[in-house]
Amino acid sequence: MASTLWIGTRKGAFALRPDSRRRTFRLAGPQFLGHVIHHIVADSRDPKIVLIAAKTGHLGPTVFRSTDRGRTWKEAARPPAFRKAAEGEEARAVQAVFWLTPGHASEGGTWYAGTSPAGLFRSEDSGETWDPVAGFNDNPMRPQWAPGFGTPGGELLHSVLIDPRDKRHLYFGISVGGIFESTDAGKSWAPLNQGVEANFLPTPDAEFGHDPHCVAMHPLTPDRLYHQNHCGIYRLDRPARRWERIGKAMPKKVGDIGFPIVLDPRDPDTAWVLPMDGSTVWPRTSIGGKPAVYVTRNAGKSWQRLDKGLPRSQAWLTVLRQAMCSDGARPLGLYFGTTNGEVWASTSAGESWRCIARHLPQIFSVTCAA
Amino acid sequence: MACTVRIPSPLRSYTNGTATTQANGSTVAEVLADLDRRFPGMRFRMIDEQDRIRQHIRLYVNTRAATHLGERVQTGDEVHLICALTGG
Repeated sequence: MASTLWIGTRKGAFALRPDSRRRTFRLAGPQFLGHVIHHIVADSRDPKIVLIAAKTGHLGPTVFRSTDRGRTWKEAARPPAFRKAAEGEEARAVQAVFWLTPGHASEGGTWYAGTSPAGLFRSEDSGETWDPVAGFNDNPMRPQWAPGFGTPGGELLHSVLIDPRDKRHLYFGISVGGIFESTDAGKSWAPLNQGVEANFLPTPDAEFGHDPHCVAMHPLTPDRLYHQNHCGIYRLDRPARRWERIGKAMPKKVGDIGFPIVLDPRDPDTAWVLPMDGSTVWPRTSIGGKPAVYVTRNAGKSWQRLDKGLPRSQAWLTVLRQAMCSDGARPLGLYFGTTNGEVWASTSAGESWRCIARHLPQIFSVTCAA
Repeated sequence: MACTVRIPSPLRSYTNGTATTQANGSTVAEVLADLDRRFPGMRFRMIDEQDRIRQHIRLYVNTRAATHLGERVQTGDEVHLICALTGG
């Protein structure tokens, strides 16, 4: 069965529902018209459950939940929120729920949320109530790990990854802050950034302070991690701790800057990226106005350009970190959404592309229901 | 003490579309607590977890801007919940 694509935008939530052969996609929505939707995620353990991270321009952040594949929604009874600060303590407030991840397969109902400013939250009732993960949020090192760089989009905790072999083994990324790992279910955390460039920091070999844009773990080979960083594309094969910059094999004129990275769920050596212009003032648009996806099929030793069907010129697309995904079908479907409201699809693992939706609001996330 | 509360359109999803309601309380904090009992979740959209009024929310008691939740409310007062919206 072909999978629903959930589209989170600056002005609401949409769904793209394919026919059984993925030839046509029917646009449904909007739901929550006018709400800022950073992430919509279906529960990989029970796709009837879908969570939405939402806020509006003036109202505070919350989470909406559906238990019927998005037909009806209810607001979380207790959305993610930091604990009340004690006298003299820094008083943090969640500005946006930015990221949602279903928990381990053995823990039905468990979810994690990442927020801006950087905070990690956990739900054990499918998103109805959320509690702070004190091991990070109250960690004495957190003010240094996540100092609040004041980036225009805010400090973001994203890419919460759970090792399918061990529910206690977690990773996440902070933009800006770095990648962090826990092996005790979030009670303690350690930076995992060796080998990653941070050319904007005064200390090039810093232990943390890096800017991972998107981190991915291969589902069949969870020791293999990839990440698209502000400073390149990286791979790490655990238990090693030093990332290798595999983006150095990208064409020099294109470089290896981008937001998303998507893995082939059946092949740990295959990954796709969407390079963007990270020069001068960081336009973050397609390089030279010619959008292209790049694929590696050998774990980053080499990359090939995939642009058949994409605009040939004067297309200044931006694709954000949550706005690219795969559908797990055969052949693999790949999808990305742009900040100018287009959704592009490939049902040939990126060999050719076509636009399946346009004129949507600014797209923040594109995810695929299992 | 009963007061009248004016609900702006972004918050009427909590009040089943109602633009005006009655609430009890002698401070803004108590009025908001009463509203949240009847319309769960509404307060957190206006007031953060540190009990601060959110950046783009304004609260008025009659014509007096409330800058903190301890602002006094009298019987018969009107409490206005205002969403400050600009831009696209």
